[in-house]
Amino acid sequence: MKLRELQAIYVMWARQMKRFVRAKSRVIGNIVQPVFFLAFLGMGLNKVVALPGSENLTYLDFLAPGIISMSIMFSSAFAGISIIWDRRFGFLQEVLVAPVSRLSIVIGRALGGGTVALIQGFIILIISILLGVKVKAILPAIPFMILSALVAVGFGIMIATFTKDFQGFQLIMNLLLFPMILLSSAFFPIDTMPCWLKVLSEINPLTYAVDGLRGSLMGYNHFPLHVDFLIVLGVCMGVMFLSSYLFNRSEI
Amino acid sequence: MKAIETHNLTKTFNGVIIAVDRVNLSVEEGEIFGFLGPNGAGKTTTVKLLTTLLRPTSGTAKICGYDVVRQRSKVREKIGVVFQEPALDTELTGRENLDFHARMYGLSRKEREERIEYVLNLVDLVDRADDLVRSYSGGMKRRLEIARSFMHSPKVLFLDEPTLGLDARARFTVWNYIKRLNKEEGITIFLTTHYMEEADKLSDRVAIINNGKILVIDEPEELKNRIGKDVISITCSHPEKLREIVERTDLNVVRTTNNLLVVSVNHGEEKIPMIVEVANENGIRIESISLHKPNLDDVFLHYTGRKLGG
Repeated sequence: MKLRELQAIYVMWARQMKRFVRAKSRVIGNIVQPVFFLAFLGMGLNKVVALPGSENLTYLDFLAPGIISMSIMFSSAFAGISIIWDRRFGFLQEVLVAPVSRLSIVIGRALGGGTVALIQGFIILIISILLGVKVKAILPAIPFMILSALVAVGFGIMIATFTKDFQGFQLIMNLLLFPMILLSSAFFPIDTMPCWLKVLSEINPLTYAVDGLRGSLMGYNHFPLHVDFLIVLGVCMGVMFLSSYLFNRSEI
Repeated sequence: MKAIETHNLTKTFNGVIIAVDRVNLSVEEGEIFGFLGPNGAGKTTTVKLLTTLLRPTSGTAKICGYDVVRQRSKVREKIGVVFQEPALDTELTGRENLDFHARMYGLSRKEREERIEYVLNLVDLVDRADDLVRSYSGGMKRRLEIARSFMHSPKVLFLDEPTLGLDARARFTVWNYIKRLNKEEGITIFLTTHYMEEADKLSDRVAIINNGKILVIDEPEELKNRIGKDVISITCSHPEKLREIVERTDLNVVRTTNNLLVVSVNHGEEKIPMIVEVANENGIRIESISLHKPNLDDVFLHYTGRKLGG
């Protein structure tokens, strides 16, 4: 690893930080929406839904990690897909003619998008606590937050290498990412799902990220935590390599 | 060693559209090489092939001896590019855009500071360096891009339509930067344009490209000399008929298109009355006649049968 590659990763990251700090309205928008979900859906269903196998956990407690995951994943996937914007506005060419490996570009992008998503995730975590969610521990949740951010950025970059326009991006967001998040146990537990949904949930890599985050934050998980962690780590590495491979192969 | 060398360089899209068709080029070090052709001729595709953004379908290209496919990162170290569409991050300031570039090319802190100041001065953007690029005019963006393109001291600079959309003054300024870079930093420049005046004023040699094919490569003066001393353009009712008549005389017909006949002659001002006379005798109505020194537009017309701008 040459020094230049590290510098490139750093500057790709720094660029996204600068843009993040300057785009205040977008940041607020990205935080307000999940907070609405949490406050309205969580508070509204709090007394309606009883969770199987846990008396002292309310629906709001269950939902909070799901919403944090959702917001991290949407925000990260969006950061990955925003390569389409860079392509449209020409900036991608500036990045691609630089003597920097494609892997470094993908890593820099992933770290930038991931950091932004993590900041938003933490803000929502703090808001959840203020809303009365009984969080058990925060530290063990951090690896899951980082990994789900990286998985989603990589996923977004993969989408961006296939779709050249905004319409294609909308379609994939609605047809792929949204159902994956719905089936990730972010909103309802796996135990009570009908059999066919359970199967879909179990092959959905996002399930393990959500389950791991919920397990480490609330102590309520479907799979053992180490299984969650290993699967998410594996998926993360796979997605990173695949996305930089696809990105390397794609032409402008 | 040649700065740029291609051998039958070809790019097809979807297996059907031939954007670049067996292009053979050889650009010397320190040369300003003009790539002249109408929109859609294959200029930008050629630049993207030479700058490693696209992969050739067949044929090869080398930049400073490095192959654009097999030694892509070597090629990338040697080149600077100004793309046709602006490639700036408009949410960053001018200085931040330059700093981004400098770090991507691995410049040290000291080099970064020096080069950023140097290039900002050269393109007169020091006062606006800390404003967001979003607030820049088209000409300022172009100047910033030119500044950025040679920050890392490339050997070969690609400028894809560098003055597109600029007003006359901004264009003139950009021309001066290009000449200075070539003279003072000794950078080889590959310049695409569809402005014949630009190719004429700046280039040591010009290649004319149309439909992906190179039609001719030579010095601008040589190209013009090939046509003759004077050029007479005649707009009339029956150009083909007039052509037949004129061809019987000692006049050299360049081309006819639509209602236009172009001939090249010596002592053009003396030939005009004769042309008018024979046209009248044969019932051909002349709408306008103009006499001028040959320019690259005439050269283009000569080789392709159509006008460059139209």
